[in-house]
Amino acid sequence: MRSESAPRSLKLAAGLGLAFLHLPILLIFVYAFTSEEKSFAWPPPGLTLKWFAVTWGRADVWAALGLSLKVAAISTLLAMLLGSLCAAAVARTRFFGRETISLLVILPIALPGVVTGIALRSAFSLADIPFSTWTIVLGHATFCVVIVYNNAVARFRRMHGSLTEASMDLGADLFQTLRFVILPNIATALVVGGMLAFALSFDEVIVTTFTAGQQQTLPIWMLEELVRPRERPVTNVVAMVVFVVTLPPILGAWLLTRGTDTVAGHGK
Amino acid sequence: MSALSDRLWRHPRLLLALLLVPPLLWLGIIYVGSLVALLLQSFFSIDHFSGMVTRELTLATYAELLRPANIDIMIRTAVMAACVTLAAAIIAFPIALYAARYAKGPWRALFYLGIMMPLWSSYLVKVYAWKLILAKEGILTWIFSGLHLGWLLDGFLALPVVGGNSLSVSPTGTFLVFVYVWLPYMVLPIQAALERVPTSMLDASGDLGAHPAQTFAHVLLPLALPGVVAGSIFTFSLTLGDYIIPQIIGNSRLFIGQAVYQFQGVAGNIPLAAAFAVVPIVIMGIYLTLAKRMGAFDAL
Repeated sequence: MRSESAPRSLKLAAGLGLAFLHLPILLIFVYAFTSEEKSFAWPPPGLTLKWFAVTWGRADVWAALGLSLKVAAISTLLAMLLGSLCAAAVARTRFFGRETISLLVILPIALPGVVTGIALRSAFSLADIPFSTWTIVLGHATFCVVIVYNNAVARFRRMHGSLTEASMDLGADLFQTLRFVILPNIATALVVGGMLAFALSFDEVIVTTFTAGQQQTLPIWMLEELVRPRERPVTNVVAMVVFVVTLPPILGAWLLTRGTDTVAGHGK
Repeated sequence: MSALSDRLWRHPRLLLALLLVPPLLWLGIIYVGSLVALLLQSFFSIDHFSGMVTRELTLATYAELLRPANIDIMIRTAVMAACVTLAAAIIAFPIALYAARYAKGPWRALFYLGIMMPLWSSYLVKVYAWKLILAKEGILTWIFSGLHLGWLLDGFLALPVVGGNSLSVSPTGTFLVFVYVWLPYMVLPIQAALERVPTSMLDASGDLGAHPAQTFAHVLLPLALPGVVAGSIFTFSLTLGDYIIPQIIGNSRLFIGQAVYQFQGVAGNIPLAAAFAVVPIVIMGIYLTLAKRMGAFDAL
């Protein structure tokens, strides 16, 4: 018989693994308060709130944050529209080329980001398209579609087909059925997909470096600071803020799908 | 409005077409179109005197791609990807095993969040955290000297190939950060594969007299292997295409992603960058074919 409690060595290995995943992030929180300006010295010589005030007054940080939020919002809306349309088609009907469409949707995140990035860059260069907010959005929406699609397609598959048929039999037209039967059923899946897409877009840097030109999203601002540090304490604070900002969508997505079988594909 | 509704209901194919047209147009034009542009660019060449791209089909760029210096970059990247994949699998397996078979109730939720939060939290913030950890004046050096093991760290850094001036400019540092950043991508598919192993099989193995270690080696591990392969697709592909981690943490030796970025940016040689980007596509193509034979896609 297999015993129900885990062997001690397994507990230890799993615990160490989780610690390895989490301890580095905790360090970010300490460094945001350090009074050291020139180096990454540990332990911090003193703690201060000064750098939060300095960061608050930085126009370049606000501009980068604004662009990031704008791009993430537009990309998320586009991805929610395209992803749910695609999910509706693939989940409800069998048709020729269905597998190809699933592959096509997944491809932008299955291929390395640098490939997607340079592909878009090549296309912009061939078509003489100048860089703008919209070139960033084009890239982001493309790889966000799959996030919404994955969430929506699982929900569509579980929603019984008889629901829409009953609605139509009772005299509702297609649009009423969409409004009163389909949308309420897939709403949480759409919201979850949207939140995760937003988090993904807000954080994306690899594709963005190829599609942004001279514009700075917040991740690009951070990347610049990492490659050519100017004011380390400000970077420390921004790093902490970025981490804190991406938490609510992730926790929200988890709370909304908790207890269903779509949580991380926990389908037994 | 209602006439349109009736029409769509009677012609499901028309409805299907309406649903599919927007996403297909988007992905078809923007994504597939870009991939075609990428391939096309890789068959163009650059005029080294004017720095302009010559829009004529040629294999010259691919000849340039296969120079020894560039082959070195490809081998270095592939070896790094293989090492990262192996290390990630070894660290991920116990986490996945515990989460899939032993964690109950609140522990289960905690494990789930414990894997999802690092997966979704900001990539650059994670890399930055490691820059802090690996810095010469950082916490790792402090810990080593606190344990009076400073000589061990210095000795390791003095080694050729893996060492460097400090951990943050050594290939070991690059490797550690890669493992850290891609680890959750390895845990999730292994966990999914392990959850599908029926408990009765493990019980049967035990009843038939197998030692727990034998059950692990002959029953659990083979059944979890498709999950490991599925996870390795992510870790391998992500390492192949990343250019930010080796740029921030590591020495000046290039990886494929960095080569792509530098050729398109500073050098303005988009054709060579495009040809370089074809390399990970080809490597992943081979990898995916092998993975498919091992049944990895059933574990996704």
